[in-house]
Amino acid sequence: MSRSLEATRERLAPILAGLDHKEEESRDGMLTLRAPQDGVRAVLAGLHAKAGYELCTIVTAVDHDEAPTPRPQDTGGARFEVVWQLHSITSNDRVRVKCWLAGEEPGEAGFSAPTVMDLWPGAAYFERECFDMFGIGFDGHEGLKRLMMPDAYEYYPLRKEFPHGGIEPDRLYKAWDKQRRQPSGGTA
Amino acid sequence: MGSLETVQGALENEGFLATRLDAFVNWGRKNSLWPMPLGLSCCGIEMMALVGPRYDIARFGAEAMRFSPRQADLMIVAGTLTWKMAEVARTIYDQMPDPKWVISMGVCSSTGGMYDSYSVVQGVDSILPVDVYVPGCPPRPDAVLDGLMKLQKKIELERPVQALFKDRTADNEWLEGHGKIQKQPNDSVPQYDPSVGVASDEENG
Repeated sequence: MSRSLEATRERLAPILAGLDHKEEESRDGMLTLRAPQDGVRAVLAGLHAKAGYELCTIVTAVDHDEAPTPRPQDTGGARFEVVWQLHSITSNDRVRVKCWLAGEEPGEAGFSAPTVMDLWPGAAYFERECFDMFGIGFDGHEGLKRLMMPDAYEYYPLRKEFPHGGIEPDRLYKAWDKQRRQPSGGTA
Repeated sequence: MGSLETVQGALENEGFLATRLDAFVNWGRKNSLWPMPLGLSCCGIEMMALVGPRYDIARFGAEAMRFSPRQADLMIVAGTLTWKMAEVARTIYDQMPDPKWVISMGVCSSTGGMYDSYSVVQGVDSILPVDVYVPGCPPRPDAVLDGLMKLQKKIELERPVQALFKDRTADNEWLEGHGKIQKQPNDSVPQYDPSVGVASDEENG
């Protein structure tokens, strides 16, 4: 049994003092912090350095575009949010950090979150998956490339506009051929 | 000692068998199918049972699992093929020398199965020419053996020797027209010159 919400809040209060964040309500009872895009890195680094969060359990994102639930009102126009979940083995508690992202299109300036792979090396794979599924960039990531889908894939499957049944394979073949013809890359 | 005397001696002393060359080649091919096992998920476990003594695929001459595509004639796609893996599977298939056949083992490789998903190829026949589909999730090893026997029946119907004597003029013209091969000038083709004769063993040392 992990610590109660109040105990975690109390433990983190001196560490988070002075950092730009606010606490949010969560339905599962996990302490949830909301930080701005330019300040989330400081929050995460503080939690890593002073609060003993040895483990980054997941880095993922949420697409809040349209159905089934409407886009939240208090996002400042943002559509995507990135979520980090941290676990402290020594203190036996968890914390969730969220951050709204500016921009929507992959490769767009600002449509990226700071990397945490220097704090938790294992987060490098989560960030690659997040890039693969949503097209979100991670500033400072060494080798941000697709993880699950082929390198030549042109789409981001977990975005809301992606069709449920996937895409027709023909376009993928063309991309493979194009990749093969390039002298630097390719497998053939 | 000419070869004709050798043949005559063999015919007199050993007996002989008359057959069509097509049937002879097919007999050899169908009884020595060397599989390239592409075990992608749980079907791969059933494929391992296939090789073991209980089901014993060696009875059909297909026990030599080759992990190099250069040594294989039969690709068994056993399991869920993802798009990430599809490029690899196609490359392995391209590396196998002709003649080659493909068995699609299980519903995942045949149709995508229950994975109606963006990451899964909805049937490997969209990237490979499949000869036999074996249904099941996963199929029992005897079902795969049945598929193998059906493939052997299919190989019996092929005409490998006739294909050697096919008139390829139209094919070559198409390939030249599309820039796939370069047209060879006629004088570069070696012509038979009776005055040169055939080099004997003594001359070659």
